[in-house]
Amino acid sequence: MARWSRRRTELGTEADRATFRTLHTASLAAPALREGLRPDSAARAVGHLRALLGTPGVGLTGPAAVLAWDGAGSHHEEHLAALAARAVAAGSTALATSADLRCAAADCVLRGAIASPLVVEDDVVGTLAVLAPQVTGRLVRATDEVAVWVSGQLELAELDASRTRLVEAEVRALRAQISPHFIYNSLGAIASFVRTDPDRARELLLEFADFTRYSFRRHGEFTTLAEELRAIERYLVLEQARFGDRLAVRLRIAPEVLGVTVPFLCLQPLVENAVRHGLAGSPRPVTTVSIVARDLGRTCVVEIEDDGAGEDPTRIARVLAGTAGSADSPGTSEGAHPSVGLGNVDARLRATYGEDAGLVVETAPGAGTKVVVQIPKFAPGVHA
Amino acid sequence: MSDPLDPRWGAAAVAAVVAVTLVISAWGLRSSRTTSDFFVASRRVRPMLNASAIGGEYVSAASFLGVAGLVLAYGAEMLWYPVGWTAGYLVLLALVAAPLRRSGAYTLPDFAEARLASGRVRAVSALLVVTIGWLYLLPQFQGAGLTLAVVTGAPSWLGGPVVALVVLVGVASGGMRSITFVQAFQYWLKLTALLAPLAVLVVVWHGDGRPLPRDLGTGIAGGGDGGGDSWSTPFGGGISGLAAGPEGLYLTYSVMVATFLGAMGLPHVVVRFYTNPDGRAARRTTLGVLGLLGFFYLLPPVYGALGRAYDTDGGLDGADTMVLRLPGLMTDGLLADSLTAVLTAGAFAAFLSTSSGLTIAVAGVLSQAVTPSGRGGRTVAGRGVPAPVRQRLPRWRVEPVTAFRVGAVLAVTVPCAAALVSPGLPVARSVGLAFAVAASTFCPLLVLGIWWRGLTDVGALAGLVVGGVGSGVGVVAALLVPDAGGGWGTALLTQPAAWSVPLAFAVMVLVSRATPRRVPAGVDRFMVRLHTPENVPLDRG
Repeated sequence: MARWSRRRTELGTEADRATFRTLHTASLAAPALREGLRPDSAARAVGHLRALLGTPGVGLTGPAAVLAWDGAGSHHEEHLAALAARAVAAGSTALATSADLRCAAADCVLRGAIASPLVVEDDVVGTLAVLAPQVTGRLVRATDEVAVWVSGQLELAELDASRTRLVEAEVRALRAQISPHFIYNSLGAIASFVRTDPDRARELLLEFADFTRYSFRRHGEFTTLAEELRAIERYLVLEQARFGDRLAVRLRIAPEVLGVTVPFLCLQPLVENAVRHGLAGSPRPVTTVSIVARDLGRTCVVEIEDDGAGEDPTRIARVLAGTAGSADSPGTSEGAHPSVGLGNVDARLRATYGEDAGLVVETAPGAGTKVVVQIPKFAPGVHA
Repeated sequence: MSDPLDPRWGAAAVAAVVAVTLVISAWGLRSSRTTSDFFVASRRVRPMLNASAIGGEYVSAASFLGVAGLVLAYGAEMLWYPVGWTAGYLVLLALVAAPLRRSGAYTLPDFAEARLASGRVRAVSALLVVTIGWLYLLPQFQGAGLTLAVVTGAPSWLGGPVVALVVLVGVASGGMRSITFVQAFQYWLKLTALLAPLAVLVVVWHGDGRPLPRDLGTGIAGGGDGGGDSWSTPFGGGISGLAAGPEGLYLTYSVMVATFLGAMGLPHVVVRFYTNPDGRAARRTTLGVLGLLGFFYLLPPVYGALGRAYDTDGGLDGADTMVLRLPGLMTDGLLADSLTAVLTAGAFAAFLSTSSGLTIAVAGVLSQAVTPSGRGGRTVAGRGVPAPVRQRLPRWRVEPVTAFRVGAVLAVTVPCAAALVSPGLPVARSVGLAFAVAASTFCPLLVLGIWWRGLTDVGALAGLVVGGVGSGVGVVAALLVPDAGGGWGTALLTQPAAWSVPLAFAVMVLVSRATPRRVPAGVDRFMVRLHTPENVPLDRG
């Protein structure tokens, strides 16, 4: 007996427990609502919302139609749609009484309806609709409060969606970043061969066409490591045409990892960085860029290393932290800004694979630079 | 006739295997080093190479020593084991290979997560991977103990820990990574080590006036009652020498179900399919595996038959090492020693490659369980200078490499300890139990997950648990009462696959039907991705 009473005090009073129950029910509805207001997500959330409100029927509507309904009263759908339209138009809670809810069903006791608007960023996107035997002040208040909470969740969903759009915009920005210098320099290098070695100029031009076709590709956020390496290969052929013997390339690729799915253009910017910065201030006559891809079971490790000029680690840290981002915009003078795309690649890897998946950079002035990327072979939602 | 073998021969053979493996792995690394002009596409792992690698990882002690031992002890009915181990790849080829590759999953838990979007199904799958891995490792260590005892005269408990230690050092140091090239070499090494001595022994047998194997249809331990070719008619004798009549029929089908459907659930085999560039290559690889295994499994039964002709007093206890003793029984002197050395080398290659593959698979799962997915910091290290910006990792976070090594130690020690205390079940029988668990759990998950869009996470979970518990009971029963008497009770308990596999399928289907609202949202897209060839232009997002 004593034990029981102690356990009860640990769990709190009846009022405390009611609060916990309410919060738990709300937390059950949250994941579905965080996906946005669509019929399938609404269908999963609406049952929990009915438990929260404790009324016979609860539904979520769009601006003019019921998206999902739980409990009794689904035969009132057209009344509810009209009521929702009223609430959306007015931007405030709309009530319906028995006069608005005539129905043929003999046993239907539902004589009152409430539609409370759901507001996301100042737009009314739908309503939370409730059917009950009668409309009471308490029920209106409860419906309004739940509607405000649902609106909050939907705004978070909107935030998620805009974050995704931001990442997509970054990918597009990265594609744009490749071009100016590289295109100019490549075409210059090709032009220098046109008279002396027309065959080579033709081959280079084809490589150039293939490379740009890959990097301006519009579909898909992911590609395979093999495809990405092929693009890098073309890129390096073009850079070697320009730099000649000053640039040496070494590759060591484990064939097991060629099928790994990687974010589109996540390695090429790193190679470009190694070539441009490694060569720019390098005291050596020949700068070697090496690319190593290794199979580590669940993950694949790609290392891109140059033995060129190196960089102050604190500066790279600032670039990765995003504080030096504005100085790295494309179009500034070549070589002065080493970290083309470094921060961008880092951010995209983190967005795709989680916070542990960021770049690891080892560097020091005069000691070259090594960038290590760890890519898991499988991650949910990642496929080429 | 059979003098105890000079231990130096055995030691030299084992050392040679280890050395050659290391050389090949170093060479394999070097061969992937090129200078500027390279063509990535042409460097993909070819299906035949990958098939050899799967064969190398798959052909274990059970195949190398166990099959011949079973044929010696129980008669020709035991041929269902090698038949099943090969035919499993036919099922894999037809139902699983290409869609599994297209799913992008690396391990079986990956597939569960990709298909059902459920962390719980993933966790249960991971648990099953560990269970199957341990069950499969157990006979490897047992076999190693027997082998070492025969070729060096060491006590039979010693071999298990020795192989465990070698595997552990290799895996933890990263030297024994499952490099395709090395594993492919292991297959051909094992095949040669079995084929070359056999050629000599068959010539010797011919010279001896071709003595006939004693009644192949029956077990020397009693039991079966069939005639010469009764193995092909399941009604004939009793498999495992446990029972005759209807129980024998049940046992035969149980072995067939377990081996036909179990291959797709072996963790170290499934990860190899990821190496294929696409679904089509995955199918071609499986076809290659079928051919390679089909040829390989022709050899152990011949050893078994020769054993029946020459090993007149070995009995049940020596069955698993009969292959190693056969050269000593049939020939003398230097020839016997060198043949035994070759066979020992092959047997050790079998222990090492299979154990390494399994240990890597199990350690990967275990290490993921102990590594919390923390929010690590950006890491920038100074080179040749103190690294002021390198951020300290939070204290609770385990470095992935450390976690992997801890996982490897766990993966090896548990089955090694179990091998020391568990009774000596025939090696091939223990492996059969691992197949039974795989067939009762991952086979329904893969087949229904790939071919039925109605599968839900709750249904999969229920099926995995029911199949796992059902076959698990059988495993425990078989390990505890290996020589229990006949009768239906023992038959149903010790060979559970014939009822646990259909039961797991039924539970998965029924529970999924009962929870139709939990069908994952993106299932249609996922199915399109699984079943459309890669060269079809299509939005797979």
